[in-house]
Amino acid sequence: MVTFFQYLISGLSAGSLYALVALGIVLIYRSTRILNFAHGDKATVGTFVAFTLLSRDLPFYLALPISLVFGALLAMFFYFAIIVPAQRRDATILGQITITVGLSMVLQGALLFFWGTESQIMPFPLSDTRVWTVGPFYFNQLSIGTFLVGITGSILLYFLIQKTRLGLAMKATSENLAAAQTLGIPTRTVLATSWGLAALFGVLAGMFLAPALILDPFFMLEPFLKGFSGAILGGLNSLVGAVVGGLIIGIVENLSGGYISLEFKNTVPFLIIILVLLVRPEGLFGKEFKERI
Amino acid sequence: MQLLTVDALTVRFGGISALSDVGFTMDDREILSIIGPNGAGKTTLFNCISGVYQPTRGEILFQGESLLGLSPDRIAVKGIGRTFQNIRLFNNMTVLDNLMLGRHIRFRRNPLQAYLRIRTEELRHREKVEEVIGFLDLQAYRKMRVMDCPYGVQKRVELGRAIVMEPKLLLLDEPVAGLTAEEKNRVAYLVTEIRGRFGLSILLIEHDLRIVSRLADRMVVLNFGQKLTEGTPAEVQKNPEVIRAYVGEEA
Ligand SMILES: Nc1ncnc2c1ncn2[C@@H]1O[C@H](COP(=O)(O)OP(=O)(O)OP(=O)(O)O)[C@@H](O)[C@H]1O
Ligand SMILES: [Mg+2]
Repeated sequence: MVTFFQYLISGLSAGSLYALVALGIVLIYRSTRILNFAHGDKATVGTFVAFTLLSRDLPFYLALPISLVFGALLAMFFYFAIIVPAQRRDATILGQITITVGLSMVLQGALLFFWGTESQIMPFPLSDTRVWTVGPFYFNQLSIGTFLVGITGSILLYFLIQKTRLGLAMKATSENLAAAQTLGIPTRTVLATSWGLAALFGVLAGMFLAPALILDPFFMLEPFLKGFSGAILGGLNSLVGAVVGGLIIGIVENLSGGYISLEFKNTVPFLIIILVLLVRPEGLFGKEFKERI
Repeated sequence: MQLLTVDALTVRFGGISALSDVGFTMDDREILSIIGPNGAGKTTLFNCISGVYQPTRGEILFQGESLLGLSPDRIAVKGIGRTFQNIRLFNNMTVLDNLMLGRHIRFRRNPLQAYLRIRTEELRHREKVEEVIGFLDLQAYRKMRVMDCPYGVQKRVELGRAIVMEPKLLLLDEPVAGLTAEEKNRVAYLVTEIRGRFGLSILLIEHDLRIVSRLADRMVVLNFGQKLTEGTPAEVQKNPEVIRAYVGEEA
């Protein structure tokens, strides 16, 4: 029982970061129907910016916001410089998805060019060797911090979407772009904000994943795929689904890694997704927007 | 100064001319109707005025300023609201949220100020929305999802969403199409009421000559993208070309 809870704790901690990744994917998908394959690479770039700043002894409380904003600006630049012109030329959704695949390659090239292939160690204020014991359970500082960051991020996003005027404009834009425009909602700006926010959450996840993994230009590939799976599991257009999906992936991965075998750590979550999607193709919380004609 | 001036407006889609050299003006507080058979270019005209399409040639002036090149959201901010021929609502939201979204441009620009005044602001907007809900008789549907509302109600919600924007010019694309005879009369009555109560000008697309003759001060008749004639309902109905166009449509 104790080991079970121990796996659960690690699972929740990793899952909360997958949730952040999933949120970024869902934010973009909901508003544009684009699956953003460059999501993980934008997060990697932001994380490397943080790595550089932290290695130069910039304090964490400065490096964190700078890297987040850098990631957000990069994504907004990408939206205005590539996606908007593509849409002006009537690019299909599939075409735009392909563009994100291309951008993913470009970013990987840039990462290799600027930071090289060597693995790095991320200087980080939280450590997984600092451990607290409570009764039979032990908690390490990094995973507690990670969990808190993941959950806080998710809750903040929830409030932004549910309680603010920007959130309402985002919902309106994703549901009916033409109608939103005729109400005077600047849909371009709103969409750019969604791209920026998505990347910001990606970088946040990357920064807290890096200290537990080895930092190299491809370190986000696996977390990206898991966040992606979490998003699909939750139902690609549901923000709540993204969080729940991400957490489930994290928990299942740790339980199967612990109880079955470490080799299965990455396989079992994907098997579960396939099963869930066979039963409920729209995902756990998904509902396709129905358009009445 | 004219409220709206459309001059030599031409729109081509590939080979076909949806509008050729259409021009007319509109006064403040006027109800001007655009009529014409299917495919005459009525909706295309609306799409140009609201910024959805950019015309091939011509000019559109609103209160003396050109609207050409502006995006739909900028044009909305300038004071033009519209409804669509096929209803475009936020189907997964409630009737109330749909109407509140119509207030978007009326919220304070400065975010800090908006935050500090959030209570009085909200209340002011709620008041306006509730007024329109009462006016359009939508009380029973306030908390319902738009998707679950009957067609006639959806039509009124879309009308209400445009009214709460407090535009100077309201573009209505076939507001009574698809309604029952009883609902048609009700909406026709509402249209004249809107002008009196909210003090705005209305550009109205309608197929039904009888209904529109009752509502409009003047009419512009389009046929195959060209202006056939314009004038008061009595003048237009006597015009032999109009009769031919309409009889031609029915034949
Ligand atoms: N986006 C578009 N692309 C190509 N052709 C278009 C487009 N929009 C309109 N048209 C064409 O322009 C012409 C005018 O269409 P429009 O929708 O303006 O007619 P309408 O007068 O509103 O007709 P209805 O009474 O059926 O609504 C039609 O031939 C239509 O097929
Ligand atoms: Mg039409």
